Amino acid sequence: MDDLLSEFLTETNESISVLDSELVNLEQNPDNPELIDNIFRLVHTIKGTCGFLGLPRLEAVAHASENVLGKFRDRELVVTPEAVTLILASFDQIKDILGVLEETEAEPEGDDKDLIEKLNALASGGAAPAASAEAPAVPEETAPAEEAEDAKIPGEVSLDELEAAFAAAKGPEELAAEAGVDEVVAEGEPVADAPAPVEAPVEAAQAAEPAAGGAAKSEGPKSNQTIRVNVELLENLMTMVSELVLSRNQLLQMIRGREDSEFTVPLQRLSHVTTELQEGVMKTRMQPIGNAWAKLPRIVRDLSHELNKKIDLQMNGAETELDRQVLELIKDPLTHMVRNSADHGLEGPQERSAAGKSETGKVVLNAYHEGGHINIEILDDGRGLPVDKIKAKVLEKGLASGADLEEMSDQRILQFIFNPGFSTAEKVTAVSGRGVGMDVVRSNIEKIGGTVDVKSVEGKGTTFTIKIPLTLAIVSALIVECAKERFAIPQLSVVELVRASKDGEHKIERINGTPVLRLRDRLLPLVYLDKVLDLRDGAVMPEPVEGEEAEGVFNEEEAFIVVSQIGSQTFGIVVDQVFDTEEIVVKPVAPILRDTKIFSGNTILGDGTVIMILDPNGISNMHVSSTIGEDLNEADAKRTAYADDLVALLVFHVGNQEPKAVPLSLVARLEEVDVNDIEHSDGQMMVQYRGRLMPLVKFDSSYQLREEGRQPMLVFADGDRSMGLVVDEIVDIVEESLDIELVSKQQSLIGSAVVDGKATEIIDVAYYLTSALGDWFAEEGSASGAEGRKNRILLVDDSPFFRNMLVPLLNVAGYQVTTADTADEALEMREDGEHFDVIISDIEMPGMNGFEFAEAVKNDGRWEETPLVALSSHTTAQDFDRGRQAGFVDYVSKTNRDALLDVLSQTLTVAGGAA
Amino acid sequence: MSELSVNQDYVTVTIADQLFGIPVLSVQDVLGPQRITHIPKAPPEVAGALNLRGRIVTSIDVRCRLNLPPRPEEDKGMSVVVEHQGEPYSLMIDSVGEVLSLPEDRFDRNPATLDSRWREIAGGIYRLDEELLVVLDVDRLLDFGISQAA
Repeated sequence: MDDLLSEFLTETNESISVLDSELVNLEQNPDNPELIDNIFRLVHTIKGTCGFLGLPRLEAVAHASENVLGKFRDRELVVTPEAVTLILASFDQIKDILGVLEETEAEPEGDDKDLIEKLNALASGGAAPAASAEAPAVPEETAPAEEAEDAKIPGEVSLDELEAAFAAAKGPEELAAEAGVDEVVAEGEPVADAPAPVEAPVEAAQAAEPAAGGAAKSEGPKSNQTIRVNVELLENLMTMVSELVLSRNQLLQMIRGREDSEFTVPLQRLSHVTTELQEGVMKTRMQPIGNAWAKLPRIVRDLSHELNKKIDLQMNGAETELDRQVLELIKDPLTHMVRNSADHGLEGPQERSAAGKSETGKVVLNAYHEGGHINIEILDDGRGLPVDKIKAKVLEKGLASGADLEEMSDQRILQFIFNPGFSTAEKVTAVSGRGVGMDVVRSNIEKIGGTVDVKSVEGKGTTFTIKIPLTLAIVSALIVECAKERFAIPQLSVVELVRASKDGEHKIERINGTPVLRLRDRLLPLVYLDKVLDLRDGAVMPEPVEGEEAEGVFNEEEAFIVVSQIGSQTFGIVVDQVFDTEEIVVKPVAPILRDTKIFSGNTILGDGTVIMILDPNGISNMHVSSTIGEDLNEADAKRTAYADDLVALLVFHVGNQEPKAVPLSLVARLEEVDVNDIEHSDGQMMVQYRGRLMPLVKFDSSYQLREEGRQPMLVFADGDRSMGLVVDEIVDIVEESLDIELVSKQQSLIGSAVVDGKATEIIDVAYYLTSALGDWFAEEGSASGAEGRKNRILLVDDSPFFRNMLVPLLNVAGYQVTTADTADEALEMREDGEHFDVIISDIEMPGMNGFEFAEAVKNDGRWEETPLVALSSHTTAQDFDRGRQAGFVDYVSKTNRDALLDVLSQTLTVAGGAA
Repeated sequence: MSELSVNQDYVTVTIADQLFGIPVLSVQDVLGPQRITHIPKAPPEVAGALNLRGRIVTSIDVRCRLNLPPRPEEDKGMSVVVEHQGEPYSLMIDSVGEVLSLPEDRFDRNPATLDSRWREIAGGIYRLDEELLVVLDVDRLLDFGISQAA
């Protein structure tokens, strides 16, 4: 019997029995909306599946009762015993039809007019017929006449053959052809009896499976062949088997030393049985990917009709097996992607022939194993993804600036299609615009540890490649050692292994203390596992001494580098030793450790030891911050407190030896100019930049420009004006939680702070902005204080850095700023009778936090009217809601300078308008 | 330990010469010295993870939790496995004694002068003939992760 059909039967029988009891329940509690919803949903599912499988009789009955239930749900109809009886009768009818369906694999003849009419009468508001529905007559005749069962993988007919059948059946008679195929499958009877006039597909299917019907009949009801087992039970079984394997391994280890032990033979048998058992249990979870593809031919076929396209769907590797759970999770994304390819990817026949392609577009699905994972490709030979349109959309959505896009490869730009709400389809057709978007596709795939990639050539076609683990339960992992401790790294994210030694082919080099590796034609950033995990006490860690030539000091001995790829980012994890790969059963870590993002789980190795599984994703996300974590090692608490205040800093060199840094969020772009292009006008250095003149400033007056060549600069922009600060060298971007420890007397500097382990001068961007665009700022300043009075702002933030950074910024923007270290200090100002136009407050503060502060402000008349703006590094939707509740009018990310200014001016406008 | 009926049964354990009692029903296993895998970046109280018949059990260094000095090297120690919110934890202690059934009239509240860390995890004191037994409140003992995160 058709897999789909038998699955449908099992499922529907289950649903019906649930429905029976639920409906009775409903009769007793007619006002329970949850019950109605549940019933409605179940009936809806049955109806949908029937329609999908091409079972019109069932569908009609289900549809009629769904209508009635819909009225119940919408409270247009009262739940009466009569109505319930009628619906129950319809379920009985469905049950009867299902019974016949199970025996003959086809719907019985006859119709259910009486029943449906009664249901419709009920639904249309007429009085519920008092008479209970007659028991439906089950027709004796079992041969199907006009009803066609959907053609799905029948018995052993391979997809390819079926495909061939489909391909041959192109044309208006397609439906009829389908009926023909089905009949053969269902009945195993000669074609001659089939009503369909098209012979080719029928023959193909028949040749493939001449005795399908006969075989099916002799085996009796099919739904009994499978039982449904709770996944948890399988999960437990799996755990037990793993345990058994471990015990077996231990036993084997024990007798390995002895020869001729009396245990040898029984143990071998035990070992053998255990292995088979393990495989068997694993198999219970494995299913061919073809199951997920089963619906696709039909979908594509319908699509080709709807869109008037000729589409040839090829599916290769349907037998590739993968974990059931994984399969379930990729089903919808796959369907969506195939639909996309057919709908948006392929052109219409005219367009295709105009482009010199064959009229029939191809959509190809490939699945194959590779290492410990499965690759699925979805190819089409359509028009490809329009890079220009994507660019335009990116700009429109503000996902990247035009300048950023200029520098991106087409490949990078294509990745934007995975962003939420991104659709370049010009028109929403019936098939697109519902279901899931590409962002959901990606998040579904990433949820199961997979990746999705897209390649496209305009005019030639698009290829999506999905890479997913075979199973979620068992992963292949690389065992590595670092500081005498072993860790597992999932093989899926490991690209290659490199051995680095001081005088070997590969050696670790350092740029300003940052380790990198030359790997073929690129530079690979490196992370030291011992550093990431704080494995060695600081003393042992070979940290290059300040000022000393770093290279060579580091890592005299050899090290192994695990090259990992997370999405499009590649980096190396440096470890001491690499062992084998092992198949491991991933177990979640204890709740106490959930906060540690570095581990994705833990497991027990063959020798019985527990091992932690590293999450390369977590490492890549936090390795930057952990390299600077050293400065804060003194107290864990302190570290966590600071973790919130991480700021991305751009480190550069200019003038003297000390490294300089500026918050990256203030920098608009990094550019290089040829010194010959620098012009002078009115004593001011200028450069023509994007069609306008951009003033350049030197770090200080004594700074000498290069004689020739290219000079790097940082571009700061405000609105459409920008200026460039000429520097010697751009070193790095570091995420640092910093304190300005020494306040500078020099105007151009805010002060000094420790960045990446070195004393670094933090420059004051406002100073340079003013020196380059001074007049303009003055004008701007008076402009925003329209009535000649500057708006007063109270800034509450415990971090001196942020106060130092924001005050000049706000001053420049024309506000008068007062600061407070703590909420208490701010409230004292209130006691002193101070008054402000806006209050900006941090959220994470020692003592009274931002939320409490906001409540305190709102609970007292004096500042009640003053708008509050929250400033935080956490800007999730929940934070936002919480902020709103506490009384904040808006919520801005700490590092987003422009947003802050926008919000301030908006807030003031609103407040002014209201006053 | 609010609802004290007539007698309560406790497994007695010793940590740094102090007698403690763990409610007998919450004890799942008593283990000898185990191979423990250290977990980097974990809270200091977490000694690591161990394999208990195929289950991964998080091991808690009770001495560290109680602000006591680490156990001397030569003392191998033992562990008592308890379950907390569905997860197994093994509490590293020095040694396990016996099971005592203790009458309610010997029970006392924590003295107010007790160190706050101890007061946090102690569910009360029993006056035994020779010494005092501190009742370990397992839930609060294992609560450090949460209280720290908050």
